[in-house]
Amino acid sequence: MAEYEPIIGMEVHVELQTRSKMFCSCEVAFGGEPNTRCCPVCLGLPGSLPVINEKAVEYMARAALALNCTILPQCIFHRKNYYYPDLPKNYQISQYDYPLGVNGWVEILAGGRSKKIAIRRVHMEEDTGKLLHVSGNRSYVDYNRSGVPLMEIVTQNPPPEGLDQIESAEEAREYLQRLRQILLYLGVSDVKMEEGSMRCEPNVSVRPKGQSEFGVKTEIKNLNSFRAVYLGVDYEIKRQIRVLEQGGKVVQETRRWDDERGVTVPMRSKEFEQEYRYFPDPDLVPLRFTEEWIEKLRSELPELPLAKLKRFMSDYGLAQADAEVLIDSPDLAEFYDACAVGYKDPKAVANWITTELLRLLNATGKKLNETKLTPTHLCGLLELVDGGTINRNTAKAVFEEMFTTGKTAPEIVRQKGLEQVSDEAAIESVVNRVLDANPNEVKRYRAGEIKLLSWFVGQVMRETKGKANPATVNKLLREKLES
Amino acid sequence: MTDALYELTIHEIHDLLRSKQVSAREVAESFIRRIEEVDSRVRAFITTTPEHALKQAEAVDEVLSRGDLLANPLVGIPVAIKDNMCTRGILTTCASKILYNYKPIYDATVVERLNESRAILVGKTNLDEFAMGSSTENSGFFVTRNPWNLDTVPGGSSGGSAAAVAANECAFALGSDTGGSIRQPASFCGVVGMKPTYGRVSRYGLVAFASSLDQIGPITKDVTDCAIVLNAICGKDPRDSTSLDVPVPDFTQSLRADVKGLKIGVPKEFFGFGTDPEVEDAVRSAVDLLVELGAHAEETSMPSVEYGLAVYYIIAPAECSSNLARYDGVRYGLRVAPDSGTVTRQTREAKSSIVSMFEKTREQGFGAEVKQRIMIGTYALSAGYYDAYYLKAQKVRTLLRRDFDKAFEKFDVLITPTSPTVAFGIGERADDPYAMKLADICTIPANLAGIPGISVPCGFKEELPIGLQIMARGLDEETLIRVAFTYEQHTEHHRKRPPL
Repeated sequence: MAEYEPIIGMEVHVELQTRSKMFCSCEVAFGGEPNTRCCPVCLGLPGSLPVINEKAVEYMARAALALNCTILPQCIFHRKNYYYPDLPKNYQISQYDYPLGVNGWVEILAGGRSKKIAIRRVHMEEDTGKLLHVSGNRSYVDYNRSGVPLMEIVTQNPPPEGLDQIESAEEAREYLQRLRQILLYLGVSDVKMEEGSMRCEPNVSVRPKGQSEFGVKTEIKNLNSFRAVYLGVDYEIKRQIRVLEQGGKVVQETRRWDDERGVTVPMRSKEFEQEYRYFPDPDLVPLRFTEEWIEKLRSELPELPLAKLKRFMSDYGLAQADAEVLIDSPDLAEFYDACAVGYKDPKAVANWITTELLRLLNATGKKLNETKLTPTHLCGLLELVDGGTINRNTAKAVFEEMFTTGKTAPEIVRQKGLEQVSDEAAIESVVNRVLDANPNEVKRYRAGEIKLLSWFVGQVMRETKGKANPATVNKLLREKLES
Repeated sequence: MTDALYELTIHEIHDLLRSKQVSAREVAESFIRRIEEVDSRVRAFITTTPEHALKQAEAVDEVLSRGDLLANPLVGIPVAIKDNMCTRGILTTCASKILYNYKPIYDATVVERLNESRAILVGKTNLDEFAMGSSTENSGFFVTRNPWNLDTVPGGSSGGSAAAVAANECAFALGSDTGGSIRQPASFCGVVGMKPTYGRVSRYGLVAFASSLDQIGPITKDVTDCAIVLNAICGKDPRDSTSLDVPVPDFTQSLRADVKGLKIGVPKEFFGFGTDPEVEDAVRSAVDLLVELGAHAEETSMPSVEYGLAVYYIIAPAECSSNLARYDGVRYGLRVAPDSGTVTRQTREAKSSIVSMFEKTREQGFGAEVKQRIMIGTYALSAGYYDAYYLKAQKVRTLLRRDFDKAFEKFDVLITPTSPTVAFGIGERADDPYAMKLADICTIPANLAGIPGISVPCGFKEELPIGLQIMARGLDEETLIRVAFTYEQHTEHHRKRPPL
């Protein structure tokens, strides 16, 4: 039996988070009352004309540069003509043979191995409205989304020399996640798959290993999460192999992912190439970019997620899994970076962030920038533990307090009198009190039930409100019980 | 006195208003009465707005009574606007059944500017549907008549605007010119019409026919008025990316009778399209007059001009096929219900019912000429034909531009007939589309090249006006105005009015 290899192409649409739409000044936002964020331009009313949003162009140029694309000196908007009720002009302003960026790549770590996935083009267009189907043969259209700046990112198969293509469902997911991280770092989009600000339409084909021509491909729609992308692509690869192994033929078509049933189902056949009658939009003038402008944007690019990942691993000695957690959001990465520089043990501080901080963020549903915590706060707390001022358990409570109030650790410790008691005489009196009050337990311990030690420790800690130095408590208890 | 106010030009009415001999209300009433009196015969207007006009006029009078607002010469002047320019809350139909009930929610930039100038809107004028045509016979509603002879056409597509000015139903009008739609009807109706340089006047709010060719311009009773209106409507508009960010001169400064040393080119190709001998004589006499006044004239050749019509009938339909796609019954205008039986609950079939609605709406909403152009344009943009038609046409357009550049290295202006003939009879060319399109053959090249052109009256053939076309370099409207003004100062053609 032949072995098959899958090849996956990715078409990703990303809504930009500009203040206003691509060709008019209407506000860009998610949701809201239908048709409240529209004007003659994004409604395509007769006589209205588009005007290019320069901020959107800048955002997309930054993205194109971060995806290692070449920005073409001339950039032209074309009209893509097709009829659909969510498209108010019945043409979409898009790009054709002069897109914003070409020939880029996104690096992914596929099973630890680096692959550079080839990107053919990055282009700008306007989003459509949304159809709302209700019962009784009625449909409504909401044009709030109409005209929102949209960026299309398309991979290139086969890739040019030195670059790679996506060859598994894992790689497809990894590619999307890296892409999402990059765009998040650039601050150009909120890239939320569930809200549709990042939309992905993979196409899948398989071919017998060793064959150079591509197999027939199918396109998958309705993938609303990274998980769905993984499952949908994986399903489609297996389905196509099964079809071929049974002597059948893969039909070129668009298939819909059914998340509940976990299968792809046929949507429409794609035997005929859609006729879009592209031509340059005569209402807009070509954009021309100077070398200085492009270089300025390039120099302003932040450190990108994968570079950060590698740096965290090499400079701070983190494992990849921990580093991935820290770089996943730019805020968290920045926070960690500051802590790692401000504190002697980068791994220990990473541990605090990935456990305590993330736990609190999850529990409160807050974003990092909505809390009052600063890197200095966290470093200060760890130093208090190191210096023996508080113990680790108290530190967790102090951390929670810092998280909500924004007070510094020393402040909280001082105000609440949480300083660790290391004074042996003071602890000894408590230890004596505990032993005197529990003669039965003392007897049992001395009879060999030594696991009762931790129970005695607990009693002492409760008496001291958790402030006693645990090492001293242990030492004194042992001495007295075993004497 | 007030009864004949409608006969006056902008600058004459302005003088009367300024010296307080008349009120804005009296002016408006005079034009409203005139429309009532003659428009049942001329049929220049799709919509008249007498109440709106009187309200605007009263507001002007109130301001005038408080102080002098008359720095702007358009204050209180009645204007008619072609019905393809958006007027907020006032029907804007493009003379198409598909927009029979359409009231825009915003004013076109030119309308805003006229409102700021406190001009008085008396109505919206008839046109060939979506400005596609040369006679106003393609209106989806009715045919407008030429005031000089009610059995002839007023030209088109701005036939309603030109007829309204000629019939004294407004002091001036706005038209739009894609292939001659201001100049040719101005010529047929014996008035002055200018297509400014592409980008001089904002297209925001002008319902698009062919975006790379469309340009708004004035239709007036004389050249002085033309300069006054240009001052009001020209200038960069941030809402139109194709509007030019260049200084706008005071065009009235060019109203000087002086053509000494002016170099005139007379391109022979413009006389070759079955030009009526009387039209050719009138144009050549006009050139002779300018030469007598100190200009130099020379015959020249612009070989690419003969391809103008062919290029135009690829580019304009291609753009229109896309521009007119939005009229589908979903959001505004006519909606025709889909064929019964296509509506079911399944997604796929529900889609076919929307397609049926699109088809029925467009089938019943558009007239024959519009449909033909949409089909030609759709074909020209289709994969496999794009290079042979649209792209080739764009290349020839570049050649034609170069021919003009070359001509303007040598000449300050080019002078030609505006149209090869005078107004033809209603229905006469209805079955001969080529003969119909020939009416625009002299005007189309200026649109393709983006340069300004003006038509001024230069004679009559059997009581029907002849138009003289003057073209100049891009952005050199000043020279056009100077030459046209000089010619007008030495002739009487523009003073004649049709015997209505």
